[in-house]
Amino acid sequence: MPGENILLAGETTKSWKLLLGMRILAFMATLAAAIVMALNKETKTLVVATIGTIPIKATLTAKFQHTPAFVFFVIANVMVSFHNLLMIALQIFSRKLEYKGFHILSVAILDMLNATLVSAAANSAAFMAELGKNGNKHAKWNKICDRFATYCDHGGGALIAAFAGVILMLLISVVSISRLLISSNKFSTDAASPSI
Amino acid sequence: MKLTQRLGGLVLRFAAFCAALGAVIAMITSRERSSFFVLSLVAKYSDLAAFKYFVIANAIVTVYSFLVLFLPKESLLWKFVVVLDLMVTMLLTSSLSAAVAVAQVGKRGNANAGWLPICGQVPRFCDQITGALIAGLVALVLYVFLLIFSIHSVVDPFLLRKS
Repeated sequence: MPGENILLAGETTKSWKLLLGMRILAFMATLAAAIVMALNKETKTLVVATIGTIPIKATLTAKFQHTPAFVFFVIANVMVSFHNLLMIALQIFSRKLEYKGFHILSVAILDMLNATLVSAAANSAAFMAELGKNGNKHAKWNKICDRFATYCDHGGGALIAAFAGVILMLLISVVSISRLLISSNKFSTDAASPSI
Repeated sequence: MKLTQRLGGLVLRFAAFCAALGAVIAMITSRERSSFFVLSLVAKYSDLAAFKYFVIANAIVTVYSFLVLFLPKESLLWKFVVVLDLMVTMLLTSSLSAAVAVAQVGKRGNANAGWLPICGQVPRFCDQITGALIAGLVALVLYVFLLIFSIHSVVDPFLLRKS
């Protein structure tokens, strides 16, 4: 089918380059977020109580596994960066492969689903981090950032990278949907107007 | 074919509108006072930032669904509705996951951070919050279906329509 391969095979149009660039950025951002959060750990020896004049010290550790929201954050960011890697490989090697119409549709749908996944992960980690930073007077939950400052800083850095990934995934989804629109319009004009 | 498609989309959107509205109402009306000797604590949804965000996000989704219900069939804005549907779905999942994360801390506590669970003192509040979160989940699932449905009906990737 000649109409199929006009847009798709051997193309280096602007939208293709833009999509590839954004996917590489999103892959790096989500991978960085996952790695920084996974290596987030701080151990501190704190004075817990004082009996007479002898202070009792305890060694406390702040790890990311203590909070389920952060575990979800790491897993979701790994999944989204793997998705981006797969799509980059697909985009680079697809110039030689045969195309079927279902291909672009599944790329668009997968992009949208992964965009929602990474937005959920980033947001839940952001709210848990806010709870750890400010505490909550009504529920009598103390803040932990004053004692574990490095843990909080690294977590904040991972969150920033994840939010950059969210914005990039949203843009990638929009570009994928517009490519879907363009290709379906091209097919319908080719099919509607008889070629010979 | 077109009529059943449009009808299906309307039914899904109306159901999502109802679910989001139910989530907002359930969370706003959750308020419980519990007395603990001489202390009495009032638990409301606005104590926690994640619940406030949940209410705001679901209110936005309710208004958006209501407005899109009345969009005429021939309008060119349907292509824009696909992108807006994606943004609204992202809003829904982020608000739901934040509220669930915070509610889980409220229910189980976090032993490592020294945070005690609060559900033992205000059980009815906790139950209502759970109901609101379930309604939010239903709205989210319906919106994911709507997203795939919008792509199918607006973009027509299988070229079922003869133009």
